[in-house]
Amino acid sequence: MTVKESTSENLFADVQGRHARREDTISTVAAGTLEAIEVSAWFSGNLVLEDVSLVMPASKVTALIGPSGCGKSTFLRILNRMHESTPGAQLGGEVLLDGEDIYARHQRVTEVRKRIGMVFQKPNPFPAMSIGENVVAGLALAHVKVSKERRGEIIETCLTRSGLWTEVKDRLATPGGALSGGQQQRLCIARALAVEPEILLMDEPCSALDPASTFVIEQTIQELSGEVTIVIVTHNMQQAARVSEQTAFFLAAQGEPGGIVESGSTAQIFDDPQDPRTADYVHGRFG
Amino acid sequence: MSGAGAPQLLEEDRPTRGKPRTIERGLSRSDRVFRGSSTGVGIFVLVVTGSIGLFLGLQSIPTFRHYGFSFFTQTNWQPERDQIGIAAVLVGTVEVALVAICVGIPLAMSLALFITEYAPRKLKSWMVSAVDLMAAVPSILYGLWGFFLLQPHAKYLARWLSQYLGWIPIFKVSTDPNAAVWQQSAYTSSVFITGIAVSMMVIPLACAVMRGVFDETPMGEREAALALSGTRFGVIRTVVLPFGRGGIIGGSMLALGRALGETIVVLMIISPAYDIKIRILEAGGQTISALIAGNFGNATSAQLSALLTAGFVLFVITLGVNFFAATVIRKSRSGALTEI
Repeated sequence: MTVKESTSENLFADVQGRHARREDTISTVAAGTLEAIEVSAWFSGNLVLEDVSLVMPASKVTALIGPSGCGKSTFLRILNRMHESTPGAQLGGEVLLDGEDIYARHQRVTEVRKRIGMVFQKPNPFPAMSIGENVVAGLALAHVKVSKERRGEIIETCLTRSGLWTEVKDRLATPGGALSGGQQQRLCIARALAVEPEILLMDEPCSALDPASTFVIEQTIQELSGEVTIVIVTHNMQQAARVSEQTAFFLAAQGEPGGIVESGSTAQIFDDPQDPRTADYVHGRFG
Repeated sequence: MSGAGAPQLLEEDRPTRGKPRTIERGLSRSDRVFRGSSTGVGIFVLVVTGSIGLFLGLQSIPTFRHYGFSFFTQTNWQPERDQIGIAAVLVGTVEVALVAICVGIPLAMSLALFITEYAPRKLKSWMVSAVDLMAAVPSILYGLWGFFLLQPHAKYLARWLSQYLGWIPIFKVSTDPNAAVWQQSAYTSSVFITGIAVSMMVIPLACAVMRGVFDETPMGEREAALALSGTRFGVIRTVVLPFGRGGIIGGSMLALGRALGETIVVLMIISPAYDIKIRILEAGGQTISALIAGNFGNATSAQLSALLTAGFVLFVITLGVNFFAATVIRKSRSGALTEI
């Protein structure tokens, strides 16, 4: 009981208004370095991703870019063990969260996913639930019990952090599915934040959204960085340049498994790429 | 006159602003033939169903004239004493169907959830065919199963229920369940045992409807629940059941419609008794369909009319239940809200 209480207290301590947090981001920095070591992936025996190693530093935004079908999304789904829920999917290598392999025998998949949240390409709020219920749905799924007041606080905090609070605070009881696409996506971000993940994976979170909603979500990502580690898959190179500190470029040659061509600081990847293929891609010559 | 008419027609044909245009659909010949024949078949099916209802309705007019409203209040079915009514059999019909639903629906739902959520892919297809096969077993075999295999065991369950839950009126039996030599025949041929046997026949139907709806649960919502550290059961609770609610209700109602009309199993197991009884564990009872099947062979024309009237009542009830079920299933394609 005390453990559960403390979870929600942490969260509340984390709130105290957006402004206070912005001035003092360092105190709320969460642990959460993710490191992939020689990760490979197969679908029904076909190798689709080969020997990917990448460090995703804590409290930073890492962007994964590359053309379609190069394994970015597969790689992302390996990072929170969603890959294994696909029939016929296999993987090799290790993924370390703060030095511990998330695929180790003693690791429980539910616990891993609680620490590593995910936002999908297509907004997927639970349509049968209200906006408020959607935000705290993860707590029920993770069997975290909270009092009614705490629930209200969590809803406000998370919606504030995802930049949706002012738009929906007067209609928390209305269905989450009635929101616009961009609002739904921010609701999904709020929902992912409610379980206090150390890492947030985003799989092309803006590809189904209009430019205005994309802008708001990018703002949200920037405000979240410094608090949680973010790994974002994107097709949009400008977006990667705008929001990320680190970038990894994925590429798959025809009929070959995908892999990382080059990774490093975003500035370096975009301004001074070492590999000619990276240069071609970031300058829009293919893909 | 005709010369002035032709250009005027063309004038009307020309699209004008703010007025809807008539558009030629231009169906091809094969489309028109197919549309015509499928419309014809559809109408034919409706006409057949409608004529069944009409026939039964017309046949029941003499009975309603003769007995009036007492047809619904009289419990006895004794044509020789001019006492005919469906009060008892109507109650019996509903009771058997409700027992079948109470036993069958939880089983069908667990089965559907196991098949869609837990079963490995190979087992899944195997189980789907097995359940479909359950629907293909002739009802007479379920009757034999119920009489020779189920009943000898179910009477112990019936006695146990009356021992511990006998204070609830429906589980009461007129004999002493705790007697050293308990009266076994009091617990056989009951609504309860008949209902269990009928439940086996409604499981495949209910399971198929529920499975269909559960399978349609959007992948995005499932993954959302999984990514929020949900267990498989968490996914079922948060996503699958809310999405499939219409299918659960609709499947149950379709099963209810099926159970209301089940005949041969009832005829084989239940011992006919024409009094309104709520004690489902006790021997004796009757349903409309078993009444008709049992008395059809040696009925006089007046008795036949009475049986057809009972059939008409059953027809109206099952039609209503099925119509309601179909409406619920049709309206339940939830999850549409998640589309953007």
